[in-house]
Amino acid sequence: MTAAVVPARRKHMDWNRVRTIARTDLKQLAQARDFWLPMVALGAIFFVVIPTLLLVSLTKWGNINAVNQIGQALNALPDRAKAAIRGDTPSARTAYALAVFLFAPVAIVVPLTIATAVGASTIVGERERGTGEFLAHSPASVSEIYLGKLIASLIPGYVTTIVGFGMYSIIVNVTVGPKVGGWFFPTKEWWVLIAWVVPPFLALTLSLVLRLSARVKSTAAAQQAAGLVSLPLILIAYSQSTGALFGAANAGWYIGAIVWVVALFGLRRGMKSMSRNRLLGVGDEN
Amino acid sequence: MTIVCDAPITPVPSAGAEPTVSLTDVRHTFGTKPALSGCSFSARAGQITVLLGPNGAGKTTALRVVTGALTPEQGRVRVFGLDPTTDGEAVRLRCGVVSAKPALYDRLSGRENLRYSAALYGLNEGHAPIEETAARFGIQHALEQQVGGYSTGMKTRLALARSILHSPDLLLLDEPTSGLDPESSAAVLALIREQAAAGLTVVLCTHLLLEAEGLADEVVVMQEGASVLAGAPDDLMARYWPHPVARFATADPRHLALLSVQPGVIQTRPFRAGRVEITLDSFERIPDIVEALTKAGARVSAVEPFQPTLEDLYFAIRGLERGTMTVLA
Repeated sequence: MTAAVVPARRKHMDWNRVRTIARTDLKQLAQARDFWLPMVALGAIFFVVIPTLLLVSLTKWGNINAVNQIGQALNALPDRAKAAIRGDTPSARTAYALAVFLFAPVAIVVPLTIATAVGASTIVGERERGTGEFLAHSPASVSEIYLGKLIASLIPGYVTTIVGFGMYSIIVNVTVGPKVGGWFFPTKEWWVLIAWVVPPFLALTLSLVLRLSARVKSTAAAQQAAGLVSLPLILIAYSQSTGALFGAANAGWYIGAIVWVVALFGLRRGMKSMSRNRLLGVGDEN
Repeated sequence: MTIVCDAPITPVPSAGAEPTVSLTDVRHTFGTKPALSGCSFSARAGQITVLLGPNGAGKTTALRVVTGALTPEQGRVRVFGLDPTTDGEAVRLRCGVVSAKPALYDRLSGRENLRYSAALYGLNEGHAPIEETAARFGIQHALEQQVGGYSTGMKTRLALARSILHSPDLLLLDEPTSGLDPESSAAVLALIREQAAAGLTVVLCTHLLLEAEGLADEVVVMQEGASVLAGAPDDLMARYWPHPVARFATADPRHLALLSVQPGVIQTRPFRAGRVEITLDSFERIPDIVEALTKAGARVSAVEPFQPTLEDLYFAIRGLERGTMTVLA
């Protein structure tokens, strides 16, 4: 009558279970409109509304004050970044610099905020609903549960980034492109930022947030604690992403590599800190 | 005198084949609070073993230890001959669990809840008997509804369906009728009986004595984390009440003192106001005792043979533990 014959002790990860846990969490998230609508709004504001208003104001309406103010700020850019700026007019150059350099942190702030919000409630939420008991008694290993939860928390933030990045690219090319000789975005540095720097920052933040989620007693406490943890990370990510765009030619690659190493270490620690006790909410005496 | 019976209050292991579940002197604490303090019991294949005890007796913790969801600090646990701490996956794959809260995902439909469980237990999507299992528990019509809209009874049925979806060998049920109305409760108990009849080993926690009475092949009485008594209900009754017991009432309670000197009366003890419970060597003595009392001028107003229930046993055990049972003699 046994469902499946398995060796008594199995060491390897069952990726089907990881996928199942992640998929089920995402399905539940999709049902929680009250949760994801604000997240979509956040992405829309940062990736679409603000860039559109600023870039249109610079390129179409020739907002002189804004051009002057941003132009002064651009003087502080490294020489390499200044040399890369394209455009024949001050407004075109300002719009180009704004699109390529100054909006970079948006790509970090949005996914980290969303991933933190999702991840904070993921384990403590199971406990609060009583479903942690189901997972604790299930054959899934704690590593499989942890990874499934991590992936389910990572995907909403990263998908928002990809979609937002796509829309941002279109807005930038449509508004600034004609002023600087055609579509130019994304630049190589932005590809590195999105594909190489953002994911490890997400993973690192989530490795900490999930540990918190497993330790605290309520979702509200998890959100509070996750905010405290993720805020410094967002600031670091902000500065590093800016550096990835402003710095030397391969700065993005180096920064990404370092964060990947730290993130993998964080994930390993996080996976080890997970226990069935925490799903049951009975402390961590074992 | 404080002795009513000489039954030992330590679990007595049953003879026979290797049990499906076996806990020996298991101990576990949460912080400084002991949750299990010397819990020993066994559950045999195809039988319903009921863990009986008040809230906080350690029943839920014992179930968690069985699946390896909780690792005890001391003691020996064997399930299917395996140690759940080291062979947890193999043990859990063969267990179906219904916890005290149904532990269902309210935002998902009934079907999605069952699919999730099937996938975690390694059943292929096409091969999970979702329709058949739901039909057995009478919830097939509600499979597409979000579970958040289910009644408590439907949730319990879905949780039961989920627990047997992967055809487990051992079913662990933690107060499965909690919060149900009497009809739903009876239906759920009937379904549990069906599972046991089909060959599943069932371990069920409850503090509802009537529920245990009708179900249990074996009873384990738990108190403060320890198993204080274990065995088949009839055997336990026979151990606690080896002789017939009857209750007497007389119009004038002073006449009750005459009972202790009647032939065949082993002992007497007060039972509620104006009544006495007597232990006899045989029920056949009762007509002679009534006649003797009448001759002595007593007017017997009630004679009631006592058929002990699990509830009586439960309170007798707890009474013994507290040292509150006394005899007249």
